[in-house]
Amino acid sequence: MNYHSYSKKKRASFSDTMLVLTILFLFVPLFVVTFFSFNSAKGMQWEHASLIWYKTLIFDSPSLWLAFKNSIIIALTSSITATVLGSLAAIGITWYRFKGRSYITTISYLPMVLPEVIIGISMLIFFSSVKIKLGMFTIFVAHATFNLPFVFMMVQARLDEFDYSTIEAARDLGANERQALMKVVVPAIMPAILSSFLMCTTMSLEDFVITFFVSGPGSGTLPLYVYSMIRYGVSPVINALSFVMILGTMLIAFTFRRFLKTAAAST
Amino acid sequence: MKKKVLKPAKREQLLGMLYSFPMGIWFTVFFTVPLAIIILYSFMKRGLYGGVEYSFTLEAYKQMINPSFAKVLVRTLWISAFSTILCVLIAIPVGYAMAKSKHQTLLLFLIIIPFWTNSLIRIYAWISILSTEGFLNSLLIRLGIVKEGLHLIYNNGSVILVLVYMYLPFAILPLFTTIDKFDFFLLDAARDLGATKLESIVKVMFPNIKSGLSTAFIFTFIPIFGAYTVPLLVGGKDSTMIGNIIVDQVSKTRNWPLASAFSMILTIASLIGVFWMLASAQREAAAKNKNTPQAYEQKVRAHHRRGKR
Repeated sequence: MNYHSYSKKKRASFSDTMLVLTILFLFVPLFVVTFFSFNSAKGMQWEHASLIWYKTLIFDSPSLWLAFKNSIIIALTSSITATVLGSLAAIGITWYRFKGRSYITTISYLPMVLPEVIIGISMLIFFSSVKIKLGMFTIFVAHATFNLPFVFMMVQARLDEFDYSTIEAARDLGANERQALMKVVVPAIMPAILSSFLMCTTMSLEDFVITFFVSGPGSGTLPLYVYSMIRYGVSPVINALSFVMILGTMLIAFTFRRFLKTAAAST
Repeated sequence: MKKKVLKPAKREQLLGMLYSFPMGIWFTVFFTVPLAIIILYSFMKRGLYGGVEYSFTLEAYKQMINPSFAKVLVRTLWISAFSTILCVLIAIPVGYAMAKSKHQTLLLFLIIIPFWTNSLIRIYAWISILSTEGFLNSLLIRLGIVKEGLHLIYNNGSVILVLVYMYLPFAILPLFTTIDKFDFFLLDAARDLGATKLESIVKVMFPNIKSGLSTAFIFTFIPIFGAYTVPLLVGGKDSTMIGNIIVDQVSKTRNWPLASAFSMILTIASLIGVFWMLASAQREAAAKNKNTPQAYEQKVRAHHRRGKR
């Protein structure tokens, strides 16, 4: 994008204005909650600055911390599962022609495009039909399932750029299949594996709708906790929590910055 | 022991299965089977305490024709269509400005942060802005513009506003990606040939970013069509959408067949959208790739790959 076309110089244009307005629109709500998280009063009337809600958040919210722990456990386990299964499948689908290939390709796109409510309901009905108790395990399964398509897609996109003859060279030089995989393929697609892992963790930490259906007593995650806070008795602690979570998102996005374009392309 | 050497075709089949079947089996068990159960249940009789009785009936589909459900269906359609169109209309200039900008990473960062922030937090933020004693009303009262709080929330307007807020990035990101690949010199060429700025964008750029447009439409429309939390938390009595009905049928009324039947409608609508999108992307790719050197190279490569091993 280094060229200068003459139409470019003239514009302080409509599209730039829209861009600025949109970014403002996207950020104003986040600023409002952040601002009021430092308010000493309960309502939306500013009194004076205070950290009281942060104090409550950190020292006086045991159920929140439990929910947070659950969220982390599920995010890590489901992301690891999804990353391993998805990456392997992407390798198989990209390089080999075999029976069942088109079924797997089709089925791996669907969970990504169906509304979350459908995934949630179908899993709920499935788990209760086969009598699996709702809890951490069912949330883990659900999260791994909705994460898999993203891993599959991102790793596949990376593999498409990767030259297969490198593998052939490795094989010619005496590497067996496993060596070729671990020493040639995996290092080459590592950026995609890492970025899809991060993407999975983010989506798992973020998900409310699907988790809502497949969670049982005692297995509440952070978003479920936030939901109950919004529904039953709003306390300004949620403002403080919001700001912490916004910071967390920024941190993840920042770690992710090199992959933002890939992520954008795969959404 | 003699080492077994598999024939290429067999080896390919084996390796492909080894790599891909774990995911294939996972999806079969946890996605295909649950979806099949839903399809099955939608044709069954409702059980007394949730669950179903195993006998075939079309009752669930008949119940759907009930005027109150039909109303929700129509509402869901217009709210989703309206919000989607708003999202895409905003996203086109935004994606364009981003593609032209020199600070793409920063802009992506700015778009993605609200997008990745927990959805409930974002809804909550809007509740605290719009509610009767919320930020906007107290601001307006303090400025003396209104005397008492306006009813800004719990109506269809607030649902549409928050839906647009939540799903705007779904429209912006694919449009940015496609516009970014677009050759802007074509616009200059069109201008040189006498087209106005708007004409050059509509007649030259739009046909080239069709796949981005259809992706933006579908990726925004489908989640909005199945939205559940937004109408629940910022909607009024008359803003129930199909997602809310499904959840109520499962968790409150315990009418699984009806919930399944509604889910079928959502699923089928989504699938039609997706196939339309894929078809339009494929048509575009086919038109573009037909006779380029890259296409030729790819053909040769594919040929080699198949033949060599």
